[in-house]
Amino acid sequence: MSDTQRGDTGTDRDEAETESDPPEGYEPLDVFGTTTEMDLRSGADNCTKVGTCDAECPVAEVNDDFPGPQFQGPEQWRLSEKDDVEIDDSITECSNCLQCDSGCPSGVPFSEMHNTARAKYVMEDQPLSIKKIRNRILANYRTSAWLASKLPRTANFFMNNGVVRWAMEKTMKIPSEREFPEFATQTFREWWGKRGGEAASKERARAARTERGEERDADKRVAYFHGCYSNYNTTEVAKAMVRVYESLGYEITVPKQKCSGTPMFANGRVDDARRHAKVNVEHMGNAIAEGYDVICTCSSCSLALRQEYPDLFDLEGIDELAAHTYDAMEYLRIHEDLEAELAGAEVEEFPDVAYHAPCHSRNQGLGRQAVELFEDVEGVTVTDVGDSCSGISGTYGWKSEKYETSMEIGEEMFDHMEEADAQAGMTECPTCSMQMEHGTGYEISHPMELLEAVLVD
Amino acid sequence: MAIDSDVLVIGGGIAGISSALAARQAGADVRLVSEAETTLHHASGLLDVLGYHPNAAGEGPVVDPFDAIADLPDSHPYAIVGESAVRDGLALLDDALGEAYQGSYTDANALVPTHGGTVKPTARYPASVAAGLASDDREMVLVDFERLTGFDAGVAADHLAAAGIPADTSAATVEFPIVVRDDAKVTRYAHLLDENPTVTVEGRERRVRAALADAIEPHVGDAERVGFPAVLGVDHPAEIRAELQDRLDAAIFEVPMGPPSVPGLRLEDRLYAALDDAGGRIEAGGGPIVGFDATEGTISEVYLDRSGSPIPYAADQYVLATGDVAGGGIDSDREGVTEPIFGCHVPHPTDRYEWFDEAAFGDHDFAEFGVVIDEMLRPVAETGDPEFSNLRAAGAVIGGYDYPAEKSASGVSIATGYAAGRQAAREA
Repeated sequence: MSDTQRGDTGTDRDEAETESDPPEGYEPLDVFGTTTEMDLRSGADNCTKVGTCDAECPVAEVNDDFPGPQFQGPEQWRLSEKDDVEIDDSITECSNCLQCDSGCPSGVPFSEMHNTARAKYVMEDQPLSIKKIRNRILANYRTSAWLASKLPRTANFFMNNGVVRWAMEKTMKIPSEREFPEFATQTFREWWGKRGGEAASKERARAARTERGEERDADKRVAYFHGCYSNYNTTEVAKAMVRVYESLGYEITVPKQKCSGTPMFANGRVDDARRHAKVNVEHMGNAIAEGYDVICTCSSCSLALRQEYPDLFDLEGIDELAAHTYDAMEYLRIHEDLEAELAGAEVEEFPDVAYHAPCHSRNQGLGRQAVELFEDVEGVTVTDVGDSCSGISGTYGWKSEKYETSMEIGEEMFDHMEEADAQAGMTECPTCSMQMEHGTGYEISHPMELLEAVLVD
Repeated sequence: MAIDSDVLVIGGGIAGISSALAARQAGADVRLVSEAETTLHHASGLLDVLGYHPNAAGEGPVVDPFDAIADLPDSHPYAIVGESAVRDGLALLDDALGEAYQGSYTDANALVPTHGGTVKPTARYPASVAAGLASDDREMVLVDFERLTGFDAGVAADHLAAAGIPADTSAATVEFPIVVRDDAKVTRYAHLLDENPTVTVEGRERRVRAALADAIEPHVGDAERVGFPAVLGVDHPAEIRAELQDRLDAAIFEVPMGPPSVPGLRLEDRLYAALDDAGGRIEAGGGPIVGFDATEGTISEVYLDRSGSPIPYAADQYVLATGDVAGGGIDSDREGVTEPIFGCHVPHPTDRYEWFDEAAFGDHDFAEFGVVIDEMLRPVAETGDPEFSNLRAAGAVIGGYDYPAEKSASGVSIATGYAAGRQAAREA
């Protein structure tokens, strides 16, 4: 089973070490050497084939033809180390939910393995087709959204027009059942600019600090990575974050940024993702150098910056960015006494919600913070609907051939939402939110909006 | 600032959950952090106390584990916490598990047949395995599914017969009524039985449970009980067993299997739900605890590593329930054996070749590696003094006993978890 090429490399290194530092007595060789870039061998060797990943996988659960993460990850990695073995096309069935990653008891880096295999398949093996082109368009949602934001009303009209959608289904294999997200008539960045940007934020934060009895010049600064969706679509989420943070005395900056890369990883477009990551690492990195921490309101954006970036790219400052990035709620839990802020709080006119923890939040260990936080707030009940996957997984559910699977996976979540004593939903992930609305007809909010309703007058 | 609580429990296995439940019951504000979400997916679902007496190789299973506690060496965790902690801890778990678990009516061990046909002595067991006990003399037929790996009914039936159990045993293999892939996982079968969708079998529309019963029915004969691989539902196990019992006119039981395990998954769901209902905070899957701050022997904060960001958690009292080498609570390399978070003392021979025995099932030193605790369950340094004033240990991170050999993993976790949780709450 040994790989000749890699074995040779290992021997070279060991010999080099031997020459410079001859060991006294017997010291066994480090058989596999240290990992080099994209050498996933140590990860593959961690696999004990216990099968928890396959048992956790929501796609394998409903699709008997999908080989499951154990094959997609460690087994396929071993196979692909041999020449002339192509990546199996079933890799495109993986929705990148990362349940296998959080489920593995042995620390196999599934996320990294899947992203690497998917990228190799798409970039090298996959023949050109309509679906491949469509996937690239879906992966580059930011570009479409940027275009649509120029004429949002027209875009909103056409994107949900029956004839247009029929044509999209026929030509692009985009399922006509789905409702296109509405584009905001003013993007978050436009709003932010008109509001006075960073300078105005500083003033507001200072005023809030004075009111809170804190030092006027306290070092409370965050750089906001809004991602695409809260810039072009759900701007209310981004605005809620701004108001909450400023009311707690934080100055906000909104650096130049591109797509986090999540839809690109999921569609194997690491080339596009790397280009965008470079911009993000540079500009977020500058903010970090000035003393800012980075916060995200989208769970997939925070996961990308924290985990997928250092997994996949070797860019200057990428580890620094990962270590300084937080989920917006998580950051407040660490730096503020939110429990005290929320003690005895009351909220009016916010519906009770069925809360779904996105897979990418659970993957960061953040799946229960929203439920915990709002537990004692009067006037609203947040009911956890459990650990099901919504099934949409970003762009996955936006493909005609995946639509049925996506809805079948989502079935459990829809049932649990309907069982909960609520007529509205809540989640951190924009595409989970689309799926929740699609499956139940509920209006879906973000925990930051509830926090705004509780904390900000 | 840090994420705050009175008692912070590190570890999401049975020891961690028992500690958190006990501390919560004693009135403390409790938070449990677990590196993974799926720790108990690997558990058999059985809760043992003591199956075999240590250092009594060749003797049969222990009949009454509570009686046996008095004979254990002073260094054994049971001897340190005492029989009452074992009983009180089990009572706490009995409350949390309710009707889903049985065995509390007697002190004696129950004998549960497992997937290889071996019999495991255990103190508590899921209701789903109750009809299968090896002490029962009713005739049984064991059933497996054509493509289900992990349970061979023929081997199990023969092994049980050879072991001399009082019941007649036979075996049958049937097709599971929905075409599932060759290597479908146990959860796939379990969810199909939970959802019970309609399938077409030989031109007839049947629900999955009914079609499965149809396939098994010809093999039942005079048998009064039918044993299944442990896949009979995650969400509705009692309902599924009742329906199969009705259709086959025989008692239905599950045979516990290896990981990933449906009974383990159910146990996890129930215990976490109990902790949640009791008001305990749970944070699972966020990463490992990797560091801490302490002044003058008192821990002030610990740090969870989330992709390189240190997330601070502060508490008055801490419980270390991180497991043994397999769970990551104890680490070893060529230099030695360590407790990786707090660096607590772990006694071990300096010569690595003394860590293990030549024979695979021999008396291995490594099996007993772990921290040493005082009567307050605080890990102690080589000098015998507590490493920290506000740190306690629970479960397999504690050394001095060989749980795979004596079958005491759950019991030690429950008893030490209970004792550590209560003491932590008292001092918080």
